[in-house]
Amino acid sequence: MACEQWRGRLDAYLDGELGVTEDHALGAHLRGCPACAGELLERVQLKRSVKAAGRRYAASAELRSRVAKSIAASPRRESGWFWRILALPALSLLILSIAVNVYTGREGARRQRVYSELADLHVAAVASATPVDVVSTDRHTVKPWFQGKIPFSFNLPELRDTEFTLLGGRVTYLGQTPGAHLMYQLRKHEISVFIFQDRGEATASPSSGPVHALSFNLENWTQHGLRFFVVGDVAAEDIQALSKHLRDAG
Amino acid sequence: MKVPEQRACAASFEELARPLFDQLYNFARWLTQNTPEAEDLVQETYTKALRGFSSFQEGSNFRAWIYRILRNSFLSSRTGLKTMIRLDGEADETLLPAESTTPESALIERAARETVQQALTDLPVPFREILLLCEVEEMSYQDIAETLAIPMGTVMSRLFRARKALRNLLLKNASGGQHGV
Repeated sequence: MACEQWRGRLDAYLDGELGVTEDHALGAHLRGCPACAGELLERVQLKRSVKAAGRRYAASAELRSRVAKSIAASPRRESGWFWRILALPALSLLILSIAVNVYTGREGARRQRVYSELADLHVAAVASATPVDVVSTDRHTVKPWFQGKIPFSFNLPELRDTEFTLLGGRVTYLGQTPGAHLMYQLRKHEISVFIFQDRGEATASPSSGPVHALSFNLENWTQHGLRFFVVGDVAAEDIQALSKHLRDAG
Repeated sequence: MKVPEQRACAASFEELARPLFDQLYNFARWLTQNTPEAEDLVQETYTKALRGFSSFQEGSNFRAWIYRILRNSFLSSRTGLKTMIRLDGEADETLLPAESTTPESALIERAARETVQQALTDLPVPFREILLLCEVEEMSYQDIAETLAIPMGTVMSRLFRARKALRNLLLKNASGGQHGV
């Protein structure tokens, strides 16, 4: 088949709409034809641009609440459509009960208490009309804002070339210990990053790595005397990616 | 036995509809180009979908179904009636390769997100919506056909034309209006 005819199939190829035979044949052609491969690259770039540009609008909290109420009138109220906004108390109990089933023993109970508290803090922030007290995507604005408000300092990563966006921060408390609560956005999801002084008991969390509780993923680690927690409802890989940026900045 | 059936339906609706809220709002906002109208459209879509869920056939494509409800609601709105134009002759459109040059490729690559967003805004609604469904929602051609209620062949030809129009708009913007759409 001539290049001209193959090029008419490039969009369907990129969209995954070709049959297996044609897909393989076009793949083989592209490996041997720099001109068509160049054309394909241009279309890939356009596809990516549209995908990134198209994810533009986020619904207001008011609309979420309004839709949630209309759905909540349906017979199965207990199933908790948009539970994170409407059912914070129930959510806390749910997290607690599920976490208790997962983690046993004293150490496990302490961990689940910490995780539940962090999940509550995250959910409460997401549901809040003012999730952060310092609103800025600039780490050089957000970091100095915490000076004098918490008894330690920390570094934040440059995320300009990543999918993550810093939304801002607020002071938070975990077990009477003050710390920093930073909010990041990935696509339409908010991710919380908590930073506390590592004092053992209050912020104890013996193991690191992703923890799955309900729809949350959580990553935690200790670095330079500080304990970091990253919590969100995005994929574990995304939590890990943000964690890596934070570790590298430290 | 009617009540338990309704409950099962509501629970399933919730499970199916919940993950689509952000996407539906984004799509509605792109269609209406107006926040209050987009909010009304999403609210109306959920209300209609919940009400009509008992007629939704299990095993059917829920996403295409609810997007279709949203789009039909938009089409019947004042804005929708005004902005939806007919695309003459698209069913007979031949799928020809788009012209491409190295400078074009470079221009598109450099196009900032805002430029692409502006170009999407400037596109006619039929082009804008099919690009969003394909590129942002990553719907298959079959799902797009169901959502827009058009044949598969029209999906392909309209997508081709939409991409071509978008490229031309980006070129036009990048080169200071030397090219027409």
